[in-house]
Amino acid sequence: MTVWDDLVGQDRVAEQLRTAAGAARAVLAGEGVGGMTHAWLFTGPPGVGTATAARAFAAALQCVSPDLALGAEPGCGHCDGCHTALTGTHADVDVVATELLSIGVKETRDLVRRAAMTPAGGRWQVIVLEDAGRLTEGAGNVLLKAIEEPADRTVWLLCAPSLEDALPTIRSRCRNVALRTPPAGAVADLLMRRDGIDPAMAAFAASASGGDIKSARRLALDEQARGRRADVLRIPMVVGDIGLAMAAAQRLVDAAAEDAKQVAADLDGRETEELRAALGAVGAGRMPSGTAGVMKELENKQKKRATRTQRDCLDRALVDLTAFYRDVLALQLRAAVPLANDVLRADLDTIARTSTPEATLRRIEAILACRRAIDANVAPLLAVEAMVLTLRTG
Amino acid sequence: MLARVARRTQDDPLAPVTLVVGPEELLVDRAIGEVVRAVRAQDPDADVRDLAPGALQAGMLSELASPSLFGERKVIVIRSAQDLGADLAGEVKKLIADPADEIVLVLAHLGGPKGKNLLDAVRKVGVREVTCPKVTKVGDRVAFARSEFRVAGRSLTEDACRALVEAIGNDLRELASACSQLMADTDGVVDEEVVARYYSGVAEASSFTVADKTVEGRTAEALEQLRWALSVGVAPVMVTSALAQSVRQIARVGAASRNARPNDLARDLGMPPWKVDRVRQQLRGWTPDGIVRALCAVADADAAVKGGGTDPAYALEKAVVTVSTVRNI
Repeated sequence: MTVWDDLVGQDRVAEQLRTAAGAARAVLAGEGVGGMTHAWLFTGPPGVGTATAARAFAAALQCVSPDLALGAEPGCGHCDGCHTALTGTHADVDVVATELLSIGVKETRDLVRRAAMTPAGGRWQVIVLEDAGRLTEGAGNVLLKAIEEPADRTVWLLCAPSLEDALPTIRSRCRNVALRTPPAGAVADLLMRRDGIDPAMAAFAASASGGDIKSARRLALDEQARGRRADVLRIPMVVGDIGLAMAAAQRLVDAAAEDAKQVAADLDGRETEELRAALGAVGAGRMPSGTAGVMKELENKQKKRATRTQRDCLDRALVDLTAFYRDVLALQLRAAVPLANDVLRADLDTIARTSTPEATLRRIEAILACRRAIDANVAPLLAVEAMVLTLRTG
Repeated sequence: MLARVARRTQDDPLAPVTLVVGPEELLVDRAIGEVVRAVRAQDPDADVRDLAPGALQAGMLSELASPSLFGERKVIVIRSAQDLGADLAGEVKKLIADPADEIVLVLAHLGGPKGKNLLDAVRKVGVREVTCPKVTKVGDRVAFARSEFRVAGRSLTEDACRALVEAIGNDLRELASACSQLMADTDGVVDEEVVARYYSGVAEASSFTVADKTVEGRTAEALEQLRWALSVGVAPVMVTSALAQSVRQIARVGAASRNARPNDLARDLGMPPWKVDRVRQQLRGWTPDGIVRALCAVADADAAVKGGGTDPAYALEKAVVTVSTVRNI
């Protein structure tokens, strides 16, 4: 077992990182060889494992395996360094992810401060910024100097869906590691090996999720997620009827709201209670003075998290829908690519026969426009309704 | 018509205790003023103590209620009686149970559940009560304006009355002062033209009026309402959400069977039955393609007012024009 094991179908990337980790070791030993740099930008579509790659690289940088002395490559996966880095408890590895919509200037300043510290373990101070795509413009600017000229042993690992999601000024300061969409077979293998999912289900989930490992895993394990997906994929067949289409849009948005409520029910109450206790509230009585601001801050955070959950859920549905029309387009153009929704072959054929490739492209464009609209704060129901109605004519 | 908004149980303003119950401030003030005037008419030297909320301190009431040296009459007005603490409420109850001769007590109470204990206790004694319920309906406000004129011995036409209420809006106090201003400025019967000379425009244009006019295809009226709504401070996002709601209802009611009973449809679509009827009237002229384009236009406007565009007013106007003209496509 090595730290690279969970990197599915990314052989080239693993090779590049392995070389860099080797070079990093040489730097530690005082030999100035190339191959290592202080800022990396991992890019790849959602769920293909940008964060996994970044963590694996972080682990390899912290690897302290005794075998290294015998000429083994760093990244053994079971030494102290690798293990704690992978599980997120290593003292010199900071993993920053957000449950909210964006990462602001305030959090980022703190990150810059941490980046200036000398690594406690004497190796590398690694900062993994999993949601670099969610940095606000201001926050990105705060990072510029720290990324350009970090302290000697500091390494920045940023993850974003694509190069365009990072500010140009950040992009130009990083070495890009582009992950590709892993083949469905590789994803299915991982699901079987890591999660013990049976082959048929693994194959279905892998092809249905189009290379997104996280969502493939959820599809394979979660009955409700499969139900939701099936529901979403019925939309193309009902868009001809305005009433049904509007009802489907309503259901989609309701399901997303339901998800957000679920997350809130799981976390909000407990968080609030914990904070109240930490601030010294007794029972249900009045809060000590001067604590209202902190409570309000938590409330805001919870609200933002609810919005994020709702958007993520809608986004998944829209991605599934895009995949459906992508299959339609593949059929219309007789492209020899595997279909993501082979189980719905009858529906795909019907729509492919009764519409033109141009219409299909316009439909895909409508779905993408809906994602942009939701991102721009348009009321979700309105955006989704406008989309399903546009799908009607194409 | 004033009787509808201020019902009197026992009509003697000189009763030792008057209980004024209700949230409508103007009517409360008038009820209090009526008592004060009645007392002053009898005794011009009467001492009037109008206690603002919170001005009453413990023990003060018995001091105020004690007989004065020259035996002049005294009016004690206690406002916001619902906010009195238990001690003060006790003092008030004692005073009411054993009224002094020359004291006229006016107790103003909001009438809600707060301080209900005091309210019940005072009612039990059997005092003169004036109720001042909130005037919420447009019809009631029209009736109020008409009665204002009648009490002053003037008259105004039905249309004038409506125009005035529309121009002034919800605040009864403003309506009353507008009425007295009109009476002072004009002679004879006040008609719509006279009202229009002094008051024009609409005080409360809501996003829903804009949306209704828009989906009914009345472009000019919708635009006018939109301008009014924006100028009285309706947030642009409220307009887009009202527009979205209207178009959505058109789409959903329009897609449902024409033979479905309003009640069934209302349950299925989650809106009140009268709304279903209303939407069915608005449906005329709408086609599926029109609905699609209308909804997309509203979605674009929503993005524009939420920071996607530079001028929310323009985005809204564009949406209103598009939605109201895509019918019949």
